[in-house]
Formats: sequence, C-alpha cells, structure tokens
Amino acid sequence: MSEHDLPAWSLPSEAAPKIALQSNWPAAITHDWAYGDSTGAGARVCILDSGVEAGHPKVGEVQSAVVVTTGEDGEPRIDPDTEGDVCGHGTACAGIVRALAPEAEIHSVRVLGPGYTGSGKNLLAGLRHAIEQGFDVVNMSLSTTKKDHATVLHELADTAYFKRTVLVASAHNMPVESYPWRFSSVISVGSHMEEDPMVLYYNPNPPVEFFARGVNVEVAWMGGETITCTGNSFATPHVAGICALIRSKHPELTPFELKSLLHLTSRNVADRR
Amino acid sequence: MSGDLNAAVAAGVLGSEERFRELLRSVVEVARAIFRARASSVLLLDEPANELVFEAVVGEGEETLLGQRFPAGTGVAGWVLATRTPLVIEDVGRDPRFAKDVAEDTGYVPEGLMAVPLLSDERALGVLEVLDRQAKFTLQEMELLGLFAAQAAIAVDLLQRAREAEAALGGDGRLAVVARVAAALEGREDQAGARLLAALEEVLR
Repeated sequence: MSEHDLPAWSLPSEAAPKIALQSNWPAAITHDWAYGDSTGAGARVCILDSGVEAGHPKVGEVQSAVVVTTGEDGEPRIDPDTEGDVCGHGTACAGIVRALAPEAEIHSVRVLGPGYTGSGKNLLAGLRHAIEQGFDVVNMSLSTTKKDHATVLHELADTAYFKRTVLVASAHNMPVESYPWRFSSVISVGSHMEEDPMVLYYNPNPPVEFFARGVNVEVAWMGGETITCTGNSFATPHVAGICALIRSKHPELTPFELKSLLHLTSRNVADRR
Repeated sequence: MSGDLNAAVAAGVLGSEERFRELLRSVVEVARAIFRARASSVLLLDEPANELVFEAVVGEGEETLLGQRFPAGTGVAGWVLATRTPLVIEDVGRDPRFAKDVAEDTGYVPEGLMAVPLLSDERALGVLEVLDRQAKFTLQEMELLGLFAAQAAIAVDLLQRAREAEAALGGDGRLAVVARVAAALEGREDQAGARLLAALEEVLR
C-alpha cells in the first residue's frame, strides 16, 4: 500500500482495512524472539562522537567515516575523515557495539574537530547528516547544554523517529539540562552496576528510560589500547548494540516498536512474566 | 556609581581573589578526603587562550601542577569540558597520550581518574578531577562528585565575576575612570562631590 492511497492526517471509516497490519509478535516476548541468533548483520550503526579508530582489535572494520568541521564561512562542513579518533571515546563506544553486534556495520561521524572546538553547531550538522544517511541506529554518547540548539535537536530527533532511525542517547548523570536525551523520541540510557552486557532495566520514572551496563566497562581506546571506564557514555552503546541485533532480525520495526521490545525484554519487566 | 558603592565594590574585589582561592582549595581538599584519593584538582578554562589551568591542587603534584596550563582541546579533561559529561577511567595510564603529557608535567601518572565538568548554566567553566581513589567505585560516588562540582562551579563563577570587576575598575579598565572619580569625590569632606554625583545622576535619568 502506498502512503498516497490515504489522506495523510485522517483515517476515513472505509480505509481502516487498508492499514491492517499483521503482527507476528508472540504472546510472550522472549529475548530469543527479540534477538536470538542475531549477529547484527545488515544493521548500520552510526557512532556520533570523537571518531573511531578503524582496525582496533575490538572495533575491526569501519564502513565509513566523516568529520564535521567549521568551514571558512563559519558554517559546518562535512568531509571524509582520515584521522580516526581524536580522543578515544568514540572508539570505546564502537568497540561496545561491535562486541554485542559483531556483524553490524560501524559508521563514524566525528563531531569534534581539532581542539574539540565547534561542538554545538557541528553536533547538529553531524546528526542531520546521520539521519540523511538512513542509519538504523545512531549512538549519541554526548549531549549539549545549549538551549539555543534544543529546538533544532528536537526537530531532528523527531525526523529520525519517523524515518526509522533509532537515536540512542546518554542521559546526563548530573542535575543539568541537556539534550537530546530528554526527548521522548530518543531512547535515553543511564547506567546500572551489573556486569552482564545484555541486561537492561526499564525505568518507570523517566526521563531516563533504560539502564544498561556502564560501570567498570573494559573498552577500546586510542592506539589499540584497552582501558576500563565508567559512565553513561558506555551504557549507551550497549543499548545501541542490542538495537542493532533487533533491527537485524526484525528490520520492519519502527523506533516505537523497538523501544517497546526493549521494555518487554528488560530484566525488571521480563522476569515478572 | 556612588562613592559608597564604589568603595564597597573595590573592597569586595580586593578581598575576593584570595578568599575564592581558599574556597576552591577547600572543595578539592574535601573531595580528596571523601574519596580517599591521592590527589584532587580544579582546572579552569582560560577562554581567550583556550587552555585549561590548574587553579587548585591538593595531594600528589601539588607543588608542580598549580598554575600549569595545557590546551583545552586535548586529553580526558578536555573531553569532559567539551562534552560537559563526567567520565571515570580506572587505568588512565594506558591512554598513551595522557600518560606522556601528565608524566612530563608531574612525574606522576595516576591509575584512576574521575573527572566532572563545572557547569554554570550553559557554560562549562572547567573540570574537577579526583585521582587514584582507594575506595571501589560506585554510581553513588559519581553523584557525590557531581554535587561537589556544582559547589565548585558556583565558587568559580563568583571568582570570575570578581576578576572581571577588578579588571574593569582597575588600571586601564573601562570603568576605571569612574572608579577613580568616585573614590576622589568620596574622600572630600564637603558635600560638593555628593551633590555633583546626584546632579549627574539626574541628568542621566
């Protein structure tokens, strides 16, 4: 059925049968149904961060890499990125996604230039680029406190939501206003203290919606190194990795359905079924 | 500006720098004690130079680090500042660039590091760091560090305002002439100065 068959903003009474959908969700959702046997193959994951060190033992191949910098006209520009990672943080996130979804594609959009400058505007441009690329999952282990950017970020998050790009964003673990993790169209992530990388908890008291492994996580770092880190930055790619597994197995799912699936497979929810 | 107000501002500015330094030092001392750490420090962003400066240091590196600067766009502290996001690294010495830079400056490379941004509204003023804790890390510790950071950020904000006021009132600052005139008029025993200021105020109203 083409979307042009129906009015965009209403549902005439005779049209209801036209949007009848078949749901193959089982009565009881299990982890096995959600992502059992999935390797992430076919899912495209974007790491919006400090770049990714391609060839790192924990990361492997990086399918594409671009960098957002500030052009001579003061506006952001996007170029192929040959520098890799300027900090280590993006490589850490990519390594976590790779560990969970070994066959997913990893794409890097670097929003921090030399000297970490221009982060606000370049973050918006990088996110817009990622949405245009139609990635399945965008990992955002960062946020901005600039209120000027909040409106545009909100629009971008909603655009992604309706274009089936899942934004997974780190919650701030300090009492400050920052974005985009507070928006309901993204999946926001905080940390739990357990060691199992596949365990999620659903938070019935948002804005933080899910908790994932984020304490003492062994992560990839610059120069082929491995270090141990703590923070919501590292909980977020655990959720991004699980989203890649689900997308790989159930490519038809919308962000709303995918979030429902994360809820139904959360330990504090699934264990009561 | 009346003579009284000028005197009040001048007195506040003169005494403030030292007091705020004490406050910053007290923040890092308490942070170090609570987390039973080998060292703790506050680094502030020097915006024109885009450098981070060690403004308060206790423990390891205390003698060598105070006042030292490094580019704000490097390393773990730079990342925390740019992304306004706290970060805990347990074996930071394995970050090759971090280890080299810090070792050259201090001769001491920490094992573990907790770094949290100092935020005032939308601005990131600097970074609070706690190095080599003895206690095992918990998420509650991160929240505690965040509370310390909020306190330190208020101190830093006040310190920076005081410095701006001092720069504006002293030497060639844009308000320096007003401050000098007000101070001179304040020193007169007759009421002519006060009447002149009152008249000026009326004209400007």
